[in-house]
Amino acid sequence: MHEFTLAKNIVEIVEETAQKNHATRVLEVVLEVGTLAGVELPALEMALESLEQGTILVGAVIKKNIIDAVALCNQCGCKYKPDDYYSICPECGKFGATIISGKELRVKSITAE
Amino acid sequence: MCDTCGCSSGQDEFTLHTLSKEEPHNHEHHHHANEHHDHIQANKKVIPVETDILAKNNLLAERNRGFFEAKKIIAINLVSSPGSGKTTLLERLILVLKTTHQIYVIEGDQQTMSDAKRIEATGVKVVQINTGSGCHLDAHMVNHAVKALEPEDNSILLIENVGNLVCPALFDLGEEKRIVIASTTEGEDKPLKYPNIFQSANLCVLNKIDLLPYLDFDLTVFKENLQKVKPGMPLIELSAKSGEGLTKLIEYLESLLVL
Repeated sequence: MHEFTLAKNIVEIVEETAQKNHATRVLEVVLEVGTLAGVELPALEMALESLEQGTILVGAVIKKNIIDAVALCNQCGCKYKPDDYYSICPECGKFGATIISGKELRVKSITAE
Repeated sequence: MCDTCGCSSGQDEFTLHTLSKEEPHNHEHHHHANEHHDHIQANKKVIPVETDILAKNNLLAERNRGFFEAKKIIAINLVSSPGSGKTTLLERLILVLKTTHQIYVIEGDQQTMSDAKRIEATGVKVVQINTGSGCHLDAHMVNHAVKALEPEDNSILLIENVGNLVCPALFDLGEEKRIVIASTTEGEDKPLKYPNIFQSANLCVLNKIDLLPYLDFDLTVFKENLQKVKPGMPLIELSAKSGEGLTKLIEYLESLLVL
């Protein structure tokens, strides 16, 4: 994964939000990252640290809310916690599920002044 | 900066090459820090954002999609690892398809115009995107490339993504269908190792079946692995070199035009 692209996008989103709300300093950024979003968190942190210099994010605390993966079996409708991107339903033993949470990759909110 | 490791080599830069006498144009975005000097007492507040980090790309992808729909252009995003035979497959496909349809091609690579030149030799209009240090095509690049191509209505647009089984998975280009190309020389485990990209695709093509007699590749295991990752995923086995199985892919593409 190219966490740099994601970090760049996060900086843009935060800057736009701050500007729209006439904020001059960002104190905290809350991210929601699903366990199946395919993001390497340490790499994302490193990317953000290097990109935030000279931006409104410098010094802001980056909080990451991890969203657990939940799969919905397409065959029997059972909801379960998948181990990975593909897993067997514990109820009916079949492959094929829709991931209903765990792929999130979003900026939830910012705290700014 | 390099998308993967952050080394400075030009942020957000890609080069679009048309195969005419035009100079290639570089496309650069420079992000400048906002500098506000607001002396009014400000209050600390929590501002909800609720924005997908890939929202911008997705929005532009939908714009591309709208353009394609309006002009009845079938856009196909071809993804695979480097060396799977994407370009050879395209060359073979184009030679057949161009007799009945207008074809346009977008080539994506980090460097060189090799692939675009190969496609140009088939007689169709092509543009080459060089991503520099970038590892995938995105909707923004495709948007520019489509404007350079000026495709006609009722045509087929084939987008050959940067050879990479990881990054292109996340980037919607606005395509109608995404085809993931695996090859027999890569081993049966690729769907399991790169589930994201296989799940994101609508069709899997297994290339280089002409080499099966010389390899330990287990076709049954490959099919099982594919079905584990994306149950119901259709598979077309073919050889771009010998032409075997090519008609099935042509039929698949033509069925999209009818819809």
